[in-house]
Formats: sequence, structure tokens, C-alpha cells
Amino acid sequence: MERAEQTREVISARDLGVVACTRCLQVWPQGVQTCARCGHKLVQRDLKSLQRVWALWIIGFMCYIPANIYPMLRTRTLFHVQEDTIVGGAIELMHHGSIGVAAIILIASVVIPLAKFMAIAFLAISVTRPSTVSQNQRQLLYEVVEYIGRWSMIDIFVVAILSSLVQLKVLVAINPGLASLFFALSVIFTMLSAQAFDSRMIWDAQQQGKGQKQE
Amino acid sequence: MTAPAAPIPRNDLIVCPHCDAAYTLARPGHGERAVCYRCHTVLIMPRRKAGLQIIALSVAIVILITAAAIFPFLSIAVAGAHNSVSILDAALAFSDGPLVVLSLATAALIIFVPLARVLLSLYVLVPIVMDRPPAPQAAQAFRLAEALRPWSMAEIFAIGCAVALVKVSDLADVSFGPAFWMFAILVVLVVVQDNFLCRWSVWNALSKPAKS
Ligand SMILES: [Zn+2]
Ligand SMILES: [Zn+2]
Repeated sequence: MERAEQTREVISARDLGVVACTRCLQVWPQGVQTCARCGHKLVQRDLKSLQRVWALWIIGFMCYIPANIYPMLRTRTLFHVQEDTIVGGAIELMHHGSIGVAAIILIASVVIPLAKFMAIAFLAISVTRPSTVSQNQRQLLYEVVEYIGRWSMIDIFVVAILSSLVQLKVLVAINPGLASLFFALSVIFTMLSAQAFDSRMIWDAQQQGKGQKQE
Repeated sequence: MTAPAAPIPRNDLIVCPHCDAAYTLARPGHGERAVCYRCHTVLIMPRRKAGLQIIALSVAIVILITAAAIFPFLSIAVAGAHNSVSILDAALAFSDGPLVVLSLATAALIIFVPLARVLLSLYVLVPIVMDRPPAPQAAQAFRLAEALRPWSMAEIFAIGCAVALVKVSDLADVSFGPAFWMFAILVVLVVVQDNFLCRWSVWNALSKPAKS
């Protein structure tokens, strides 16, 4: 079932003098610029990737702040207008007894985004200096971040459904607030930030520690 | 596609895209999986008849997406007033001012990206499964389909529906339209289709004509 690995010590493609296409997995000799199979640019290690990660991270974080300040939903009933921020809306739900749904909203809109900011920052810092966290754990963290980041869009979709569905003329109407735009931007930029990270760098640090390589 | 002095690909090796570990290529049999020894990424997982199953699933998905987008999705009633919406209405809810951008993005994430991915994979897979040479630009098409993968959010929209329903339920009566059920099936199909696909096998099939 498992691949028969030839040695206990895993050899990286860089040490073998080959470079692999990260998109289609085709292996090429070192020095080839673009993958002839899929057209993807071949890079041994994306050294500029950390700059991109941080730039996108910062934009994502800057969008996350107004996303929590402005209202996410504006509910207009016969007599009054209520504006809810992300956290305010979740607290409101909790008062109504829907603790499960409030938890989903809080996890998707607060816990996941914040955890994701921290995780990406941690990964980006960890590849530049010796880390006490094992490679396997960091790889796992990276995969979790990549997988789970998309789920933050739940709140945007909830707002979309609510504000199209609840449009009952004078009785009650729900409209999206400005926070929805910032929140969506924040999710998109953190997803891009995570994608920009070259996870192969996690595994390089180990070898650097051992063999003290250049670059 | 031929570069001057075309470099020779190393087809005897496989490299893990996540951790750069290199292995000599040993093809797993049908139903088996090749896993990276170091980071446990699944590298190859061929399945018998996977191509045909994926094509069948893809056709079903195209039909379901189109239908689910048009038919009424949810409807709501309070004290005589009622409103029913389709998925497209929901996606286009952000209509005032700068929020229009968000409308377009939402429509793309829940309808157009999943649809585009399925159409692209049909375009790539049908010739391969029929043992024909790959369609023109098939590599680019598959590349695009793969790049769009994280942006296909139908399953997340489905969870969003559940949350929205709970939020509305004490405000009004909600009932499901036909599109709701189509969408529920759709989400399952999209996830299954995605997990059936062995990317390495597809790329391998796409690279065949380059040699002969
Ligand atoms: Zn490639
Ligand atoms: Zn690996």
C-alpha cells in the first residue's frame, strides 16, 4: 500500500539535482525554466514566496479589522432598524437560544480567521529560523490552514441568503452591511497568502541544520 | 509546446509537491495508493474505471448546477407576505453600491467556478477515457481546473444555508423549493467527484503524445 522507499533518509529533489513541477508533478533536470507538460514555472525553492505571503497576510489582516467594526447585517422591521456586527449577531443568536448556530458563526468568522492569521505567521517565521515544532506538525498545520480557510466564507453566504430571502416589503427586510465586503476580502487575501507559501521550505530547515547548506 | 532543445523529463522519478522528497517511481496498482513517506501526501491513487465514473458524475453536476441555479431555492412567509428566491438571487443579494463586487464574487464561488471546473474536467477527461489523443490545450484546461479548486465553494454555501435557515426560522416560515434538494445532491456529487480524481494519472495521460 505504501510506497516502497529506498532509504530511511529521504532525499529531496534539490539534492538529487532535479526540480519538480509543483502543479503536475513532472520531474525535470535542474535548470529547466518552465514545465513543458503544463506550462508552470519551475522553481527549486520560491525564495520570494515569503514576501508575497506577508504582503497578502497584511492586506488580509487590514480587511479583517473593519469587517468587525462595521455592521454585517441591517435588519429593518416595522418600527426599528437593528444593525449587527459579526460578534454582535452571534451574541444575539445566543440570546435566542440558538447556541449551536452562534457557535458555527463564531468559529467560522472569528476563531478560524484569527487562528489562520497566527498559523500563517508562525509558518512563515518558522522557516527562517530553527523551530522546535517538528516538520510533520508544521506540514499538518499548513494543510489544515489551506483546507479550513475557505470555510470562513460561511458568514458571507449566510448574509447573502438572508438578505435575498428576507425581503418582505414593510414587514421585515434584511440587508447586507459594509462588513460583508471587508470580511470577504479578508478571507480571499488570507487564502491567497496561504497559497503563496512554499511548503517545501518547511522541510529544508531540517537539512540545513544537519549539513549547513548554502542558500 | 516544443521548447528549443527540449529538456528530457525524468520519468523515473516522482517528487512530493509538498515536501520535495524524491522517490523512484513505482506505479501502484488499481485501488492502491502511493503516499509520500515523509509528509504523507497522497501522490498517486489510480482507480479502475475512475474516468468513466467521473464523466458520469460531471454530466450530472452540470445538469444539477444549471437547474439548481434557476429553480426556486427557498421561500419564506410571514403574515401573508412571502418571498421566494433562487440561488442566483441569493448570490446577487449584495446589490447596493460597492457590494455589487461581492455579488459577482458570490455568484462565481457558488455557481460559476464549480460549473467551470466540471466543464473543464469533462473537456480533458472525455478524450482520455475514449483513448483518443488529448483535446487541444487540454493541459491548460486541466491546469485552470486545478487552480480553481479552492475557489469552488458549493459545499460551504450548503452549510451557510443551514445556518441561515436557523436564523430565519423564528422570524418566519421557511419552505424548501426543488432547487434546495438539487443543491444538496450536488454538493455530495462535487465532493465525490473531487476525491475520485487522480491528478497524477491525468497529467500522465496528458503527457503521452508529447513523446510519440
Ligand atoms: Zn508541470
Ligand atoms: Zn511529501
